[in-house]
Amino acid sequence: MAEIQAPVPGTFYHRPAPDQDPYKAAGDAVAAGETIGLVEVMKTFIEVKAEAAGTFKGYVADNESPVTAGAVLAEIDA
Amino acid sequence: MAIRKLFIANRGEIAVRIVRAAQSLGIETVQAHSEADRDMLAVRLADSAVEIGPAPAKESYLNVDRVVRAAVESGADAVHPGYGFLSESPRFARAVEEAGLIFVGPSADTIERMGDKVAARSAAKAAGVPVVPGSKGRVEGVDAAVQVAADVGYPVMIKAAAGGGGRGIRVAEDEASLRKLAPQAQAEAQAAFGDGGLYVERAVKDPRHIEVQILGDGTRAVHCFERECSLQRRRQKVWEEAPATCLDAATRDRLCASAVQLAEAVGYRGAGTLEYLYEESSGQFFFIEMNTRIQVEHPVTEMVTGIDLVAEMISVAAGAPLSVAQEDIRLSGHAIEVRINAEDPAMQFLPSPGEVTGLSVPEGEGVRFDHFLYEGYQIPPFYDSLVGKLIVHAPDRAAAIARLETALEALRVDGIRTTVPLHLALAADADVRAGAFHTQWLEPWLAGGGLETQTTGGAS
Repeated sequence: MAEIQAPVPGTFYHRPAPDQDPYKAAGDAVAAGETIGLVEVMKTFIEVKAEAAGTFKGYVADNESPVTAGAVLAEIDA
Repeated sequence: MAIRKLFIANRGEIAVRIVRAAQSLGIETVQAHSEADRDMLAVRLADSAVEIGPAPAKESYLNVDRVVRAAVESGADAVHPGYGFLSESPRFARAVEEAGLIFVGPSADTIERMGDKVAARSAAKAAGVPVVPGSKGRVEGVDAAVQVAADVGYPVMIKAAAGGGGRGIRVAEDEASLRKLAPQAQAEAQAAFGDGGLYVERAVKDPRHIEVQILGDGTRAVHCFERECSLQRRRQKVWEEAPATCLDAATRDRLCASAVQLAEAVGYRGAGTLEYLYEESSGQFFFIEMNTRIQVEHPVTEMVTGIDLVAEMISVAAGAPLSVAQEDIRLSGHAIEVRINAEDPAMQFLPSPGEVTGLSVPEGEGVRFDHFLYEGYQIPPFYDSLVGKLIVHAPDRAAAIARLETALEALRVDGIRTTVPLHLALAADADVRAGAFHTQWLEPWLAGGGLETQTTGGAS
């Protein structure tokens, strides 16, 4: 199992936009380098990417929750 | 009606600025803050503080009901909105007044009217203030476009009447080029939007962003001269000056007089800014919009006029007439403000929140640093990246740049990345030193490696 961590502190989003679906759902395939969420830091949106390929297990941090740098955002089964 | 207790509905450096202005007037302060801002400097400086909600701005600083309720419960008799957040929300201004408190700013109706680009443009035209001239609506066909261009003057910009986003925009220098370009624009508009209608307006070449600071008490208005804010990245100002050295005295007089005309025509109360585009090659200026609040870059105006704009806006909100007459407001020297953002210029301006582990603030004659930092302060990631504004004042522009360089070298904010290296590179740049720039200057300069050239000592 691999953890995806927040690259910067800020607010974590599961979705590219409020009216869209989450990037990933449990069971989805994830490619290396694929975006799984966004962190908003000081009004700038940073894409959160999976480092390695695998199967998406789920989000650990809630949508729109504050996160610190390095916080676990999601998990992937390699 | 006197203001005894002021509620500050903002955060960061402007909250600190407002607390200090209120203190200078002998007014008690209540600082609003989110859960994430408990430790901010303004909370420590104010007489009292009240938490208004969780970290996300929409649940705290942008929540009208929460802010108004907190203001009422605090016993404040006035609310200062600062800039950003709810400062230009007519709904907020109205809610504050309906709750029986004074809103430090113009009336909700004025905010509404001047915040609407079309309404503001009509108000400007009615007051005799020049706006970018253009076709009244859509133009059908090349001959009609040529006719409009003859009225508004060349160069003209041809845009698709439908849609937006820059598609189909062309600039024609003269009638021959318009006759050649209009059909192309029409075809492109037709292909992109299924509508070949065009809109023609005067193209402002190499526009400079010049804005006029005004103050009004509802009856009378004065100007505090202009600021030049052309150095922008992604439409965000990064470096501002007063006065605009590209203006001659006659143009400055006409520009500033036009701002006063518009302010008086709308019965403006408070501090406000009229933004213009200025075309240096023709000496023409065009009103684009009005900001009905205090602005980030107000300190440069304070430095060259000696007027405390924040204190003045609080006084007129309380019903006092303007404390100054136009003839008492004089320009003295030159001021420059640079925005110190928690961003890394070497990493595409990636935001850099975090703990301030060390702080060294430049001091001395003609140096001012408006900020909300202290050693050990944790800059939260949830809000704007502006952490301070370094302002210098000197007898002339060259001396101001020299003073700026010295102050930038002395400024140290440890623990985070800041835009100090950007400003050092700008201060050393030949174009910047010559004042030869416009709103489209900074981004190509950055893309062309302006930052690297300067910081590595000038590779050729």
